[in-house]
Amino acid sequence: MTDARRLARALAALSLVLLAVGVTALFVGSAELSPSAVARALAGRAEASSVEAIVTLSLRLPRVAAAVLAGAALAVAGVGFQALTRNPLAEPSVLGVSSGAAFGVVLAQILGLSSGIVAALGAAVFAFAGALLAATIVYLVATAPGGLAIQTLLLTGVIVGIFFSAAITVIISVVDFNRLTGVIHWLLGNLGPIPAASLALFAVLAGAGVWLILKSSRELNLLALGEEASRQLGVDAERLKRRVFVAAALLTGTVVAFTGPIGFVGLIVPHVLRRLVGQDNRFLVPTAALAGGAFLLAADTLARNVVAPAELSVGVITAFCGAPFFVWILRTRSRPL
Amino acid sequence: MDPAHAEPAALTPLVQFRDVAFAYARPARGRERTFAFPGLSFTVERGEIFGVIGPNSAGKTSLLRLLTRVLRPQRGEIRLAGRPVGDLAPWALAREVAMVPQEAPRPFPFTVEQLVLMGRYPHAPGRFFEDAADITAARAAMAATETLALAPLPLEQLSGGERQRALLARALAQEPRLLVLDEPTAHLDLRYQAETAALLRGLNRERGMTILLVSHDLNLAAELCDRLLLLSAGEVARVGAAVDVLEQGLLESVFGCHVTVDKSPSGRPVVQLAYERG
Repeated sequence: MTDARRLARALAALSLVLLAVGVTALFVGSAELSPSAVARALAGRAEASSVEAIVTLSLRLPRVAAAVLAGAALAVAGVGFQALTRNPLAEPSVLGVSSGAAFGVVLAQILGLSSGIVAALGAAVFAFAGALLAATIVYLVATAPGGLAIQTLLLTGVIVGIFFSAAITVIISVVDFNRLTGVIHWLLGNLGPIPAASLALFAVLAGAGVWLILKSSRELNLLALGEEASRQLGVDAERLKRRVFVAAALLTGTVVAFTGPIGFVGLIVPHVLRRLVGQDNRFLVPTAALAGGAFLLAADTLARNVVAPAELSVGVITAFCGAPFFVWILRTRSRPL
Repeated sequence: MDPAHAEPAALTPLVQFRDVAFAYARPARGRERTFAFPGLSFTVERGEIFGVIGPNSAGKTSLLRLLTRVLRPQRGEIRLAGRPVGDLAPWALAREVAMVPQEAPRPFPFTVEQLVLMGRYPHAPGRFFEDAADITAARAAMAATETLALAPLPLEQLSGGERQRALLARALAQEPRLLVLDEPTAHLDLRYQAETAALLRGLNRERGMTILLVSHDLNLAAELCDRLLLLSAGEVARVGAAVDVLEQGLLESVFGCHVTVDKSPSGRPVVQLAYERG
C-alpha cells in the first residue's frame, strides 16, 4: 500500500472516532435533554428560544468546536516542538511556552481589552507574543555549542514556566481583582462556549499553524537526524526551524488565548500515535490534528459530566492523564535521556 | 543541464579548495587552542578515490563540513565542478554531494527504509510523499549495501555496522556525483571492512563515482585510495600517491610517534605503530 493510501486510511479511521466522540459530546450533559430533543435542535426543528435549542446550539456545539480546535492545535504543536528539539517529551506546557502565552493574555486583560472579537484578537496576539518569548528564552538557554541537550531543555522549560507563572501571580496580586474576572478559572484551562466570530478566528489561526507544520513535515523528518545531517541532505535548516518555531508558538498562543493553558495534550497524543503510525511526521501531524481534537473533546465531555451539575476544568483531566504518562515515557524509554 | 553552464568535464577537477581559510570562534570542548585552516588548497579529480588522513584535530571533519557547506569559508573558495558551492541551493548541493556520517543521532526510531528514503529529498524538495521512482532508487541503494532485509527495522535495533551500511544506502539514494565518507569503517568488523572497501571500489569503477573519504585507518586508505592528503594542524603536509605520502619520516613528524612502513603484497605501503618496549 502506498503511503498516501495508508495516511488516508488512518485519517478516515480517526475521523470516525472524532465523529463518535463529537456525537456523544452533543448528547450528554448536565441539562439532561432527551436524545430526541437534541436531535430536533440539531435538525433546526426546535424553537430558537427552547431549552434544547439554546443548550445544544449555543452551549454544546460551540464548546465541541472549541475543544476540537484546541486539541488539534495542542497536539500538532507538540509534534512540532518534538521535531524541533529532537525530544519526544517536548510539549507546549512542559517547555513553559503555555505559561508565556498565559502571561501575555493576563497582560492583555489588564490593558483593558474587555470583550468581543477585538478582545479575542488582542488576547491572541499577546498570547502569541508571550509564547514566542518563552520559547525563544528556552531555546537560547538550552542551546549549547554541541546542540540541544535533552535534560537541559526540559529543566529550562520548567524554570521558564515557573517564572511566567510567578509573573502572572504578581499581576493578579497587584491589579484590582474585579478587572481580572474569571482569570483563575481560565488559568486552569477551561473550555466554554465561544462566540461564533471568535470561534472563526480561532479556526483560522489554528488552521494556519497546522498548515505550516504539515507543509514542513517531510523536512522535519530529516531534521530528526540532526541539524548538520539535514543540511547535508539539502534542507534549509534555519528557515525550517524558524517556520516551525513560529507555527508551534502560534498554535500554543491561540489555544491559551481562547481556552487557557491546557497541558499535556501535545505529549499524550503524539506519543500514542508514534506507536500506531510510526515516527514519520507526515503521518504524525495530520493524525495528531484529528486525534488531538478527539482526545480533548473526550476529556472535556468527561469534565462536564463527572461532577455534574458542577464542572471540572478540562486542564485538570489532561494533567491527571499527562503527569503519569510523562513518568511512564521517562521510565520506559529504551535509552537513558 | 543548461548549456551555458555546461562544464568542460575533462578540464575542471570535481572539487577545488582554493586558499580556503576558516577558524572556529572558540575552541572545541576539551581543546585548548582554536582550530583554524590558514589557507587550504587542494583538488579532487573526477573519478578518483581521494583519502584525507591525519592526526586528531588536524581538521579532517572540518574539511568535510566546509565541503558540504555546514561551515562557510571566511576566505577563499570551494568549487564543485567549477561552480562555487556557496552559489548552490541546499538541495542542489545535496544532489551532487552525499555524506556518510560516522553515526546518526536517533532520538526517534525511524526505520531503515525511512532513513534511506530521506536521501531522495534533494531530488524533489517540494514533494510530500516519495514517488515510485524514489522508492525504486532507495531499493537499489539498499540492495547495493545489502540492507534490503533490514528495511522495516527501526535504526535502534541495528548493530553499529548495519547502521553504517544503512547510512551508506541513504547516501547512494541521493545518486550523487561525489560520495563523502567520514571514517567509513570505524564501526565495522573485519569482514564488513573488507566488504565496504570492495563496495566503494565497485561504485568507483562501475559507476564512475568520485569518492572522498576521511579515515584514521592509514592502511585502508593506502589500499583503497588513488591519492592521499595528509593534513597536519589545518595545513597540507603532503598530497599524492600512497607511496609518496605514507613515508616514515613524514608520518613520524606529523603524528608524533614512531612508525614502520612496509609493503603489502599489492605493493601498497603498510604502516605500523612501533610500540616502545620497556
